[in-house]
Amino acid sequence: MKFLLPLANIFGILIVALSLAAFLIWFERRMLALWQDRYGPNRVGPFGLGQVLADMIKIFFKEDWIPPFADKWVFILAPAIIMATVLMSFSVLPIVPGVVISQLNVGLLFVLAMSSFGVYSVVLAGWSSDNKYALLGALRGSAQMLSYEVFMGLSLMGVVIQAGSFNLGDIVQAQRGLWFVVPQFLGFVLFLIAGIAETRRLPFDLPEAESEIVAGYHSEYSGMKFGMFFVGEYLGVILISSLITVFFFGGWLGPVLPPIVWFFVKVFGLISFFVLLRASLPRPRFDQLMSCGWKLMLPLALANLLVTGAVVLYFGR
Amino acid sequence: MFSNLRTIWSVFLHMFRKRVTVQYPEQRVPLPPRSRGRIILSRDPDGGERCVACYLCAVVCPVDCIALQATEDPAGRRYPEFFRINFSRCIFCGFCEEACPTYAIQLTPDFEMSEYHRRNMVYEKEDLLIDGPGKYPGYNFWRVSGVSIGGKDKGAAEREAAPVDLRSLLP
Repeated sequence: MKFLLPLANIFGILIVALSLAAFLIWFERRMLALWQDRYGPNRVGPFGLGQVLADMIKIFFKEDWIPPFADKWVFILAPAIIMATVLMSFSVLPIVPGVVISQLNVGLLFVLAMSSFGVYSVVLAGWSSDNKYALLGALRGSAQMLSYEVFMGLSLMGVVIQAGSFNLGDIVQAQRGLWFVVPQFLGFVLFLIAGIAETRRLPFDLPEAESEIVAGYHSEYSGMKFGMFFVGEYLGVILISSLITVFFFGGWLGPVLPPIVWFFVKVFGLISFFVLLRASLPRPRFDQLMSCGWKLMLPLALANLLVTGAVVLYFGR
Repeated sequence: MFSNLRTIWSVFLHMFRKRVTVQYPEQRVPLPPRSRGRIILSRDPDGGERCVACYLCAVVCPVDCIALQATEDPAGRRYPEFFRINFSRCIFCGFCEEACPTYAIQLTPDFEMSEYHRRNMVYEKEDLLIDGPGKYPGYNFWRVSGVSIGGKDKGAAEREAAPVDLRSLLP
């Protein structure tokens, strides 16, 4: 009985995360359509929800082709890495009290480490494809993710200072009085921007910019391997939204409604915001992206860290 | 930065706009009567075929989708023995309609002509010929033209003077 609950948690979170990622395919298309004065997929089943099933069946039965010039094993490994690293991050995510796979004391660092591992997927995919566009995409991806990783961690340090813990569950508990989005608003904005860059979503989708480099690092991928990148991206969106919820919006905390409802309401609000950004903002030039990361975001994150540290040191927590 | 936020906000407000999508099978686009869809062959008000098989439509057709063979009835009226349009080639340019001297060939607003087999896209004369005069009611080529056919001699057409008797002009 002792290991049954963790097993239930593991499989529950795995299944919910994966089916949510599939659901997001439909959700994003409907929301994008909503903001573009269209309807989006609304024919298959009620509200077009059958589209999820149709897309899944389609992508499973597509030919999975490995180009003869590709580095075969690395080529196969790359999409697995992105799925694995993103799913690993879910293991420290506290959804409601009791529903968490691992109450890691350094949960926040674990999440950051795993999201850094995601870079390998992009680099290896672009490298093994033996395709100049894929390589360009991989170069862009690695440069972008490395530079945004820097202040992604730093922007969270204010939260850590205020909560006094790296444990995600404790961070949520520390927001009982006031969500960290209020005292740490700058940190929230920085983490949001870094999170979008980490998931390679539009405004920051330069590694897969269609108009410039075909599909970037996954140009050569097809079938379910491409589907893995796709699902990995959506899992990343869910993960970043959940992390923002946990770090800045008080996780499951909220009045009246049960904690699980609060968690999902917050997460879906943030996912919708991700989609809204995709619907409204054009992508910047690459040098603008880099200079924004190093010359604006990094100093801001450092200043945020210093000010938070000074205030906490002076007034106490 | 502010303009970015304003962009996000104004895109968000699009949520409450009217949808521009026309939900096609249930809703339909109101098509103007002169829109160019399926081609038909019309009849004159008396019920006779308007087409005089002059080949002008077949000549002007940029994709060569019209095939016909002219023949004559005992009264001397020209008409097409067969008239065939291959709609898998047709580009609905409407040149045939413009070229037609008798208003016989006309394009209609109907565009729903999908088929499962390519050969079903070839329309024969019986598929093309309709019972009415189409867009030009009251026009009858044979009644206004100077050609003599059975039952109508030279000079018998509308607004046509009787032919001049050349001999009576002799001095």
